[in-house]
Amino acid sequence: MPDRSKAPHIKDAIEYAIELKKPEIFSLDNGVKVYNVNAGTEEVVQIEWIFKAGNWFEKSNNIASATNFLIKNGTRKKSAYEINEYVDFYGAYLNRSCYNETAVVTLHCLSRQLESLLPLVQELFMEAIFPEEELHIFRQNMKQKLEVNLKKCDFVAGRKIDEFLFGAKHPYGVYSEMTDYDALDVAALRQYYATYYQQGHCTIFSAGILPANYATLMNGFFGNLPFNQLPIESPEHLIVPAEQKKWNIINDAEGVQGAVRIARPFPTRHHPDFPKVQVLNTLFGGFFGSRLMNNIREDKGYTYGIYSFLVNHIHGGAWMISTEAGRDVCEATVNEVYNEMQALREGDIDPEELLLVKNYLIGTLLGDLDGPFHIIARWKNLVLNGLDDSFFYHSVNTIKNITADELKAMANKYLQPEDFYELVVV
Amino acid sequence: MLDNGLKVLVHTDQSTPMAVVNVLYDVGARDEDEKQTGFAHLFEHLMFGGSVNIPDYDDPLQVAGGENNAYTTNDLTNYYCQLPTENLETAFWLESDRMLSLAFSKKSLDVQRKVVCEEFKEHYINKPYGDVWHIMRELAFKQHPYRWMTIGKELSHVENAQLEDVKRFFFKHYTPCNAILVVAGNVSTEQVRALAEKWFGDIPSGEKYNRSLPVEPEQNEERRITVHRKVPADAIYKTWHMCSRLDDDYYATDLLTDILGGGASSRLYQSLVKEQQLFTGINCYHFGSLDAGLLAIDGQLVKGVDIKKAEDAIEAELDKIRQGIVDERELQKVQNKTESVMAFEDMSVMNRAGSLAFYELLGDGELMNTEFKKYQDVTVQDLKRIANAVLQPSNSNTLWYLAEN
Repeated sequence: MPDRSKAPHIKDAIEYAIELKKPEIFSLDNGVKVYNVNAGTEEVVQIEWIFKAGNWFEKSNNIASATNFLIKNGTRKKSAYEINEYVDFYGAYLNRSCYNETAVVTLHCLSRQLESLLPLVQELFMEAIFPEEELHIFRQNMKQKLEVNLKKCDFVAGRKIDEFLFGAKHPYGVYSEMTDYDALDVAALRQYYATYYQQGHCTIFSAGILPANYATLMNGFFGNLPFNQLPIESPEHLIVPAEQKKWNIINDAEGVQGAVRIARPFPTRHHPDFPKVQVLNTLFGGFFGSRLMNNIREDKGYTYGIYSFLVNHIHGGAWMISTEAGRDVCEATVNEVYNEMQALREGDIDPEELLLVKNYLIGTLLGDLDGPFHIIARWKNLVLNGLDDSFFYHSVNTIKNITADELKAMANKYLQPEDFYELVVV
Repeated sequence: MLDNGLKVLVHTDQSTPMAVVNVLYDVGARDEDEKQTGFAHLFEHLMFGGSVNIPDYDDPLQVAGGENNAYTTNDLTNYYCQLPTENLETAFWLESDRMLSLAFSKKSLDVQRKVVCEEFKEHYINKPYGDVWHIMRELAFKQHPYRWMTIGKELSHVENAQLEDVKRFFFKHYTPCNAILVVAGNVSTEQVRALAEKWFGDIPSGEKYNRSLPVEPEQNEERRITVHRKVPADAIYKTWHMCSRLDDDYYATDLLTDILGGGASSRLYQSLVKEQQLFTGINCYHFGSLDAGLLAIDGQLVKGVDIKKAEDAIEAELDKIRQGIVDERELQKVQNKTESVMAFEDMSVMNRAGSLAFYELLGDGELMNTEFKKYQDVTVQDLKRIANAVLQPSNSNTLWYLAEN
């Protein structure tokens, strides 16, 4: 009979030496850098082509995302259907996503199919044509999707809080209106494509079990494209935060829940406080055992879930608390969030709680470094933010060594209610 | 298998520093009383509210560097956690104690009832089209408990749950003989055997729950329903009864849904979204349920399109697949896609542990390695046969979900 009243002995996760495996790096003839993590248990690969083509560079709204979305909807040689059929036939996934600074094309496939798929990807970067009809369908479908999303309080709250933090004209605060879709035209898309893809700035990240001739293959298909030749643009965008701090918006008069967002501006990863605040954030609202979750879900039952997180953009960020709560308890929820801030500013963090958070963070990190796709994702983050693995190791050391007093100091510096925007959308 | 009936499976992967402990209980929403729906899922929440010797499940796991989650479906409830291999025993301690007995705390029940009600609101009330599957399940099933969703038929069922009901449910279903334990990671069978004996060995076996659910009678005539809601665009939902996950025809049916609605080169998407531009999006899928379940098509209409015309266009595509023969290349395409999906799913040790438990529940953990062969054996004749057997109007349920005004 085991003694169930006593926990088994554990090795504290903070005693683990954590290693971020270095990627192999090579350059194509045109200077494009390729980062590889060649590892794994399954015969699969993931390749990401990352262009400096996010909405940071666009002159009018939605050009960047529309160009990114429609890049695989027709080339000089193939229709959208032929492209999709080809990708599907090889059991592959060809996705694209558009962010603020970057726009990405991602290929997932079985390793043995890679050679059949790379020529198609090359074609997308050379010969996409952006047919009028494809833009028409995109416009129609996106407008309708937007109309559905605007019925959701969490969607509306997500847009508005970004606007308050950064301003409606800033790439981080801007959002889509119906009229933006109407204004899109193929000429603008083709222009954006020519500048930011065909002759754009590209970096490649790959992971999985890569073929032995991978470097030669990649250089053959992508090394002679006119990437990375034009000077890098660095447009400036002014952050214009809202004057008013507290907002209540009624989106649906009969809604049974409200979306709560509480947020303040916060610096980027380059700021010395960043790694410390990452730990404080975890304790505050960053995981299931956090103070916010314990109080507002597990004690009061106001919500299905509440989280806080750091919004990490390349040029600036925010610290945000986010939840959906019962309509009649939204106000109580907001108050409890401020109570938890106060507790962190004024109270002392129990050593057991701190150890729990540290062990949890290191344990999650161990799990997050499991497998080639996870490892490359870490590196991608570092590289795109102009960092290297010294940032990673510094963060790990911060988790292991930070004290309750340092966390309290961070709470006093950053968790001041008057610095926060507060928004409830019903 | 332990003497008390607990099945234990081990999956060794030496490449990872993490271990996964996955406990699957053979109970889902289909095992609920129709007057107490949503119970299996509410119960999943209560499993985190402390067990007989351990006041809190999450804290000790997090101290050991672990994280966890769980989900409930109509068929089963699955709990999984991942932690550094050296701390594997902590997971055994936690999982075995809550299999032995819960603390049955009044406070935990009170709070989790509220939490689940908020979850209900967040996903099914406060979202456009949120009540679709409540309506569709009730339309498609007249006898079988698949006629309600895992979240429950109505909020009141969850709100009225009593501690006595919770206890009864626990001792009926949460027993070693109704559970499957999978341990995966850099672990040996011997090590797992010893830990399993130590921590789970003395838990009373419990009674094997023998499921005898009402069989859904064959549907012989078309069913239709129309609702009006505050949504921006009309939508159409159609379902047909199909075989169970365990049936030999499951594989052909799965591939048939891929041909119709799996991805950007699928028939429905190409014809109805791209060429005819009747829908902004359209999907075809199935629920893969352990009892005979549903194959579904859903699509949101482009504004201004007549819903009858849109439905006729779907029917025209179905007619093509019933009458014609699918091209060999098209079959090859969806088989290739399936192979790739399976390889990507197996990337993480956590997924592999979950799959292994699921296949064991199906009756054979080995299936995980041999199932792709069954997809490869599907022929174009099989697809035609299934299309004709399943996609018949007399076997169909149609919901017109219309925008008010």
